[in-house]
Amino acid sequence: MGATSHGVPAIRLEGITKQFGGASDAAAVAGIDLEVRDGEFFSLLGPSGSGKTTTLRMIAGFERPTSGRIFLHGEDVTDLPPFDRDVNTVFQDYALFPHMSVAENVAYGLEVRHVPSSERAVRVKDALRMVRLEGYDSRRPAQLSGGQRQRVALARALVNRPRVLLLDEPLGALDLKLREEMQIELKAIQSEVGITFIYVTHDQQEALTMSDRLAVFNRGRIEQIGAPAEVYEHPLTAFVAGFVGSSNLIAAEAAQALLGKAGRFAIRPEKIRLGEPTDKVGADEHSALGKIKTVVYLGAETRFIIALDMGGDLMVTQQNLKESSMEALSAQGRAVRLTWKRGHVLTLADDPQVAPA
Amino acid sequence: MIRRITGWFNRHPRATLGALLAGPLGWISVVYLGSLLILLMHAFWSKDSFTGKVEPFNWTLDAFVQIFSNPVYFTIAARTIGIALLVTISAAAIALPVAYYMARIASPRKRALLLVAVTMPLWASYLVKIYAWRTILQTNGLLGWAISPFGLEGPGLTEIANSWLVLTYLWLPYMILPVYAGLERIPNSLLEASADLGGRGWITFRRVIFPQLIPALAAGSIFTFSLSIGDYIVPDLVSDAKFIGNVIYDNSALGSFPVAAAFSFVPIVVMIGYLLFARRLGAFESL
Repeated sequence: MGATSHGVPAIRLEGITKQFGGASDAAAVAGIDLEVRDGEFFSLLGPSGSGKTTTLRMIAGFERPTSGRIFLHGEDVTDLPPFDRDVNTVFQDYALFPHMSVAENVAYGLEVRHVPSSERAVRVKDALRMVRLEGYDSRRPAQLSGGQRQRVALARALVNRPRVLLLDEPLGALDLKLREEMQIELKAIQSEVGITFIYVTHDQQEALTMSDRLAVFNRGRIEQIGAPAEVYEHPLTAFVAGFVGSSNLIAAEAAQALLGKAGRFAIRPEKIRLGEPTDKVGADEHSALGKIKTVVYLGAETRFIIALDMGGDLMVTQQNLKESSMEALSAQGRAVRLTWKRGHVLTLADDPQVAPA
Repeated sequence: MIRRITGWFNRHPRATLGALLAGPLGWISVVYLGSLLILLMHAFWSKDSFTGKVEPFNWTLDAFVQIFSNPVYFTIAARTIGIALLVTISAAAIALPVAYYMARIASPRKRALLLVAVTMPLWASYLVKIYAWRTILQTNGLLGWAISPFGLEGPGLTEIANSWLVLTYLWLPYMILPVYAGLERIPNSLLEASADLGGRGWITFRRVIFPQLIPALAAGSIFTFSLSIGDYIVPDLVSDAKFIGNVIYDNSALGSFPVAAAFSFVPIVVMIGYLLFARRLGAFESL
């Protein structure tokens, strides 16, 4: 895994654990191995409390791992304080200095590292241009909107030209529209400056759209590492299948009855076709009969919960290509046949495990 | 009946406000400002040079002339203001590390203990604390006993520095508490951001923490400065120097109320100036 022809990985975590409080408490991070390639946009994805932010904070140097080593470009930085690490952080609450202007905030890192003032001015100007905040130099953070503060925080980190930029749910406080704009902008900035981004998020959509690769965290462990399409199309565990996109989980007797084999499986709701009970079933397809129990109209698509005749529910989503909302909603109670390709049945690992990249 | 009254007040919010404020406003304007006004008017009244009796409403500037023509009054005013400033500076210098430890380093348990320790002296009588300091400072007192092995003796009860020391001790809690509250208000992420951008501890303190503490320090200094400038018991009991308050006290004891009243203009004017300065630093947002 890991180090490819690009050479030394930007970040390498070896057996990282972090225990807050006493040894009896559950570990926040319970043993993580991870390599992030140079120049990669890498997301740490997981629900709150899964250890992704703690992992980021250990890379930044705000927390010390209980055990394990952290390498930045091959150098062991486990014992270095934050101010001696060549990484910068964009904080979730932005953490802008309220008593300084926008320009002073951005210049802070250069100033404390004694960059000459002429060079400082040029770099601050460039950084503010990159985040499209020219002319805001003398504003105070309190006079800016949430999106503008976010940009200042980004400029303040990027101006130092770190080799790795750490972003802790930077778009979490923004509204949906602005968040989508900033996603595109962040991605553009990353390809412009070409530095490694480590991006913490609980939003699977965000992680899928932005990342080159991502790691799915659950209970202090990584359940899967891979490219977005790979993780979505081939989730290795039940948790990943449920957290990245939505899935119908099928196990035990249901698996035997529906699929004719034992194990743990998942089917994406959009891969299931909804048809008349009399529809033919192809040789490469599975099928089941049921009744429409619930209809949820979502605009672009409709979600159906189907009560199977053999017991249990399956979720199906369909794009609203032809049906109007009225037609979709009136389908409740109708008998249907569900069919799906055998190839779309995802086989899951029996228990969560640390997956190879 | 009660419903009708409450209903009426509900429909007349101004009357409600008036009823609520009438008591305190009456107290402040009549009892507090009224007596202050009478005190200040004394400064412009003349005194019969023969009987020594004050003649009300017989206006004159004699008392001010007497103060301005005698340099002793200037020396005493300068000494009082100087000591009050020193007390403020030393209280701030002690309060900063203590409050920092309480707000940022100590465990919740230790923090609670320290808060009690800081506020506990406020429960004890002011006079008891001063007398305790007398037993420490007198020539053969506790301090003298402790340093006697080194061939030194206690400072005695004449040094002006004693006043500085004891006043700093007395008013320290009033500086620690606002600074502690100010430190608590600074989010931890700002300190992390500073470290993340390359700022070591000292730079983070100087560039990020201290500028944000100025309102809290100004708020604390209002207490330390004004309480010091008005004190006259400490300088009397632990040193032999006179403060503005001692001169006012002595003059009123001798019956020369106009001079006492005229001299009381000095701390009032100084405090008004100081409060305006503190307001500019944002002290009133942090009280």
